[in-house]
Amino acid sequence: MSDVNQALAAEHGLSPSEYQTVLSIMGREPNLTELGIFSVMWSEHCSYKSSRIWLKTLPTSGPQVICGPGENAGVVDIGDGLAAVFKMESHNHPSFIEPYQGAATGVGGIMRDVFTMGARPVANMNALRFGDPDHPKTRHLVAGVVAGIGGYGNCMGVPTIGGEVNFDPAYNGNILVNAMTVGLAPTGKIFYSAAAGVGNPVVYIGSKTGRDGIHGATMASAQFDDDTDEKRPTVQVGDPFTEKLLLEACLELMATDAIIAIQDMGAAGLTSSTVEMADKGGVGIELNLEAVPTREDGMTPYEIMLSESQERMLMVLKPGREAQARAIFEKWELDFAIIGRVTDSGHFVLKVDGATVADIPVAPLVNEAPLYDRPWKTAPRRAVLPHGAIASPDDPLAVLADLLGSANFCSRRWIWEQYDHMVMADTNQRPGGDAAIIRIHATTRGLAITTDCTPRYCHADPETGGKQAVAEAWRNLCAVGARPLALTNNLNFGNPERPSIMGQFVGCVAGIAAASSAFDFPVVSGNVSLYNETNGEAILPTPVIGGLGLVDDLDRTARVAFAGPDQAIILIGDTAGWLGASAYLAQIEGRDEGAPPPVDLPAERANGDFVRQCINAGDVTACHDISDGGLIVAVAEMAMAGRLGARIESPKADLPLFAWLYGEDQARYVLTVENADSLLAKARAAGVAAMVIGRTGGESLTVDDAYTISVNELRAAHESWLPTYMAAS
Amino acid sequence: MKSAVIVFPGSNCDRDIAVALERASGVAPEMIWHRETTLPLLDLIVLPGGFAYGDYLRGGAIAARSPIMRAVAERANQGVPLLGICNGFQVLTESSLLPGVLMRNAGLKYICRDIHVRVASTESVFTQGYAQDQLLRIPIAHNEGNYRAQESMLDRLEGEGLVAFRYAACDGSADGNPNGSARDIAGIFNHSRTVLGLMPHPERAVDPAHGGTDGVAMFEGLVAALAR
Repeated sequence: MSDVNQALAAEHGLSPSEYQTVLSIMGREPNLTELGIFSVMWSEHCSYKSSRIWLKTLPTSGPQVICGPGENAGVVDIGDGLAAVFKMESHNHPSFIEPYQGAATGVGGIMRDVFTMGARPVANMNALRFGDPDHPKTRHLVAGVVAGIGGYGNCMGVPTIGGEVNFDPAYNGNILVNAMTVGLAPTGKIFYSAAAGVGNPVVYIGSKTGRDGIHGATMASAQFDDDTDEKRPTVQVGDPFTEKLLLEACLELMATDAIIAIQDMGAAGLTSSTVEMADKGGVGIELNLEAVPTREDGMTPYEIMLSESQERMLMVLKPGREAQARAIFEKWELDFAIIGRVTDSGHFVLKVDGATVADIPVAPLVNEAPLYDRPWKTAPRRAVLPHGAIASPDDPLAVLADLLGSANFCSRRWIWEQYDHMVMADTNQRPGGDAAIIRIHATTRGLAITTDCTPRYCHADPETGGKQAVAEAWRNLCAVGARPLALTNNLNFGNPERPSIMGQFVGCVAGIAAASSAFDFPVVSGNVSLYNETNGEAILPTPVIGGLGLVDDLDRTARVAFAGPDQAIILIGDTAGWLGASAYLAQIEGRDEGAPPPVDLPAERANGDFVRQCINAGDVTACHDISDGGLIVAVAEMAMAGRLGARIESPKADLPLFAWLYGEDQARYVLTVENADSLLAKARAAGVAAMVIGRTGGESLTVDDAYTISVNELRAAHESWLPTYMAAS
Repeated sequence: MKSAVIVFPGSNCDRDIAVALERASGVAPEMIWHRETTLPLLDLIVLPGGFAYGDYLRGGAIAARSPIMRAVAERANQGVPLLGICNGFQVLTESSLLPGVLMRNAGLKYICRDIHVRVASTESVFTQGYAQDQLLRIPIAHNEGNYRAQESMLDRLEGEGLVAFRYAACDGSADGNPNGSARDIAGIFNHSRTVLGLMPHPERAVDPAHGGTDGVAMFEGLVAALAR
């Protein structure tokens, strides 16, 4: 049956040297099924061959970490015998080809990663990047992705509580759909994937295997060209109803002690789940493919092993527990099949009706997977942009409504109203704030969650951009009063074989590592998505950070909305009016120039700790971090959310007013308080920069008694952009 | 008050309603799997929100034919109060325990947000805790909440006081109807006002930190009326 040669290997995405390694591992030519297995296991998506050496530099430990990267998701201790299990994962390539199913199955996949570990998913988040709003595909992609995320999460009954969305022409040919799930499990009941116990049954559960998604992992490891639509058959089709049943059935079985190991079938389906379980356990696994439930007759071993049909899981059970497990899965009307057993051969052996159709040694399949130290180069550093290089506007508030009513600043209400963000009845802070908060069920504690990245900065200076992404996630958690615990990331880049792209990757990872280490905010899980390129045009470097924080008392949190009139508005942190690589420069001047704002990690930490302590002490009536658009955008967002105006007074230092208003200096927050003197005294004692910049009240935002704009006008611009855009055809 | 929540495959607000019922009554409801064919002695039966059978075919259509529904209909016909929320309302119309149908939202999108309803009738065990025309803020979360029935049926519902809740404008907004429902209907009773179906989720409005408290009076009213 073997017509396998180097040319076929190349069609499977294996390079000549990779194919040589296959030959030396096998000691013979592989057959087609074996070649398929090597090709998916060694795809960029599954093997992380370009990124692995750099990922090892990330800080991954801390007293709170129960399980770092390497399992299905990261696990952190949140006290009271509970653990938070979370991860973020991309579904970029499929979502561009088929937005509804691509996004839906991305959400389904990440939820499976979490409940595979024994955790009930309690919150979903996402980070989305689309192309230019004027690009002919953008509207269709937004509509499809949002409906797909909602369609899956809503049916599962897991609230989608927040996320972020950006538009930029760099994503015209490659959108980004990164989905994050957070789950809760008892610390003593975390499930892992290492198979054990020679002779133990290997059990297949969930949906039947069909011919969908074959080679999805390989597709996701390649660039796009003009024939991308032809790849639609590689996109999987989701069935959230089956996944809901799978979730309940798995949790019901997990409440017993019948499971030794469990692994979901995600990218590369039955192949990667089996190999992972065998490798982690240092054992062999033999599968009888005729026992695999299939959707149609006549599926070849190649198709069965490479299918990425959704809503499937693989388990190793304790001996004698098959009947107990089968009864649970039959109750939930799911397929349950014993398809193999654990062996001591160290080999991954596939049989059909007793005849061996593939036989691969597991250890070299995993350990000799390609690992590349790809050449990389750093782009020259950009010069700092002086204030004088930007025209000072006559009325600095005149552009505020334009900015807030633009694609990148408008309200995302049109999106999150399509997500059930309240099911489970524990949503404490809904979408639209700095971080969303869910209550830990039946307690007075909560989890705060945020996703963040500023690709503009990463493009201008990858290392600073990497730091800033972590800093912003940290800030968003502190700004609601949460204690940042750990993060997950989703590193989205172009073609790593180009040194300039690899340089972006290396720089961003260095920045993430530095910030993560400075904040004791370890990386516990993550995902890398490369080859986000079409016809040689790469996306902006987009290392998305998903941050998780713990709220010790839900009564001691803060929200962005101004809480009442005549409260002091306080600016925390130093302001130099940094406009290089700013949103103001990009949106108002249409320029992408200058170095991005530097990230002072000790200042970030000190200011974040201070703000959180003030919130937890009950001193703060509202709080918002300062990010894209600077101080005035933060103040305007607080005003719009609270439907209340403010009078702002600038310090009139040797700084142009518009730079003070729109500069994007980091490590800053806006707070409102009843007692300004007390807060300023605390800040002095803590060595944190703080100043009163105004008071809440009225129906307008007024700056220096000279410039004014009504909050209603801002709200109208802010709320209308997205619905108007989506209603147009 | 002894209550039961029917759990279909794909129900996902079953825990939320159980929490709300326990909060009001101090007793956890019994959770009854849809394959059961008999019910214990009960004061209240609830069909929860969610996506029973994935909403395949039509929302509620397959669940309406679940084994337990025969027993549910029997009890309802005997006068045991029966509450269907969101997907549960869809199951009630699909079971003909309530008239009319719930079609796709007029905007053809899933909608999750707080809306306002007015209490149209307080003459039931479900609504006696409210004042007539009281304005309530309660979350909705649905794709198919567009209530439709023949004009004659709508006239009859209104004429006999069987409309329980109506969507209402608030905060100066022109139109409070989120989904295109005929005559702004958000919830209806059966002829004896012992069966209530509504699209809003009162169980998501029982805690000040999580969506307000305007749902509390429904559950406390039920406890007051049904406690033995």
